[in-house]
Amino acid sequence: MKKLLNTVYITTEGASLRKDGKNLVAEVDGAERARVPFHMLSSLVLFGAIYVSPALIGACAASGITIVLLDRAGRFQARVEGPVSGNVLLRRAQYRVSDAPTEIVRSLVVGKIANQRAVLMRALRDHGAGFAVERRAAIENVVDRLAHIIARAERKDDSTDAMRGSEGEAAHLYFSVFDDLILSPASELRWRGRSRRPPLDPINALLSFLYALLTHDCRSAAEAVGLDPAVGFLHRDRPGRPSLALDLMEELRPVLADRLALSLINRQQLQASDFVTEDSGAVRIKDDARKVVLTAWQERKKDERLHPFLDEKAPLGLVPYLQAQMLARHLRGDIDAYPPWFWK
Amino acid sequence: MLVLVTYDVNTIEGDGKARLRAVAKACRDFGQRVQFSVFEIEVDPAQWTRLKARLEAIIDPKHDSLRYYHLGANWQRKVEHVGAKPAADLGGTLIV
Repeated sequence: MKKLLNTVYITTEGASLRKDGKNLVAEVDGAERARVPFHMLSSLVLFGAIYVSPALIGACAASGITIVLLDRAGRFQARVEGPVSGNVLLRRAQYRVSDAPTEIVRSLVVGKIANQRAVLMRALRDHGAGFAVERRAAIENVVDRLAHIIARAERKDDSTDAMRGSEGEAAHLYFSVFDDLILSPASELRWRGRSRRPPLDPINALLSFLYALLTHDCRSAAEAVGLDPAVGFLHRDRPGRPSLALDLMEELRPVLADRLALSLINRQQLQASDFVTEDSGAVRIKDDARKVVLTAWQERKKDERLHPFLDEKAPLGLVPYLQAQMLARHLRGDIDAYPPWFWK
Repeated sequence: MLVLVTYDVNTIEGDGKARLRAVAKACRDFGQRVQFSVFEIEVDPAQWTRLKARLEAIIDPKHDSLRYYHLGANWQRKVEHVGAKPAADLGGTLIV
């Protein structure tokens, strides 16, 4: 089997990267922090202001190592790639599979529903004693039904459309008890169903904002591994829509965005007064509160979780990159299936 | 696969110091230095052939020696480190 090559992530601003012999050397404040031979690497992902020596850029291009530049917030800026690139093959594989994406869609849907279920179970574990009996029963009921949907989606004979249906059904169930997870007594901060473009209440405004941040990360992740962010599997192609980024995002949404939104509200880091309703009816987060959200988002991304497939701890912020990499490996035929990311 | 390369280069005979530097450089291009004169090198068979040829072209076999320890693909359980300067896991998650 082909060896899976590694990726180096440089997140320390002011770090400098240089070439030494056939090694990549990463230095911070003049001290060597990492030294990796080129033959073990497939890409470098750099966040923010990182210096890369011209000799290193040349050497990476020659040895088929992709350099990806992201800004401090993790948004995609540029990719430096050498002349011999696996990209066209990877993209072709992506396009081919996107015509019959059943297995990947299955992984994405199962991952998403399992993580939605985990969010509910976590709420039961943390606050279960405080819930009214019938609310608690309602959440437990949804947890059970999500388990059934997962079991059904895992059955081999389901079509892609049936799985899209399962995903919708699960989302409907999940959001039907979402209000119960909000512990704030404020009547403005209630959940009455998803609304977007524009979001019509504070919770929807907050979710939309977090989903936008997550979409950027997933889009960067897709581009970072050389996938076409516009060609998705679960999401059908539509001009201008980053369907693959949205696909990658699905399994991360409940954990990275929904949980964070709930924490911000339940810990009262955000109050009803942090939102404004515009004349159009659209609800927007005030600028000061937006900083609170961004800070919490960045902190959240630093939280480490065990990656179930790689069996290694990784910060949540790197999970989109790791998942995009798994997807690329699967499309290249290095691994048999796309392993979803499960939150425990 | 992981190969442990150790060497002894006689720095008194001829251009020994230059040979020593060249051997170290060749090893460093492919792996990581875990102790003086000891390198852990993770390579595929083709890369190993290339490195081996390069090393053996450098040394003077009358005065210098190389030892290769082949630890195979599942070397993780065969290597244990105690004390200062633990080796980095180059296959693990690399974040600076």
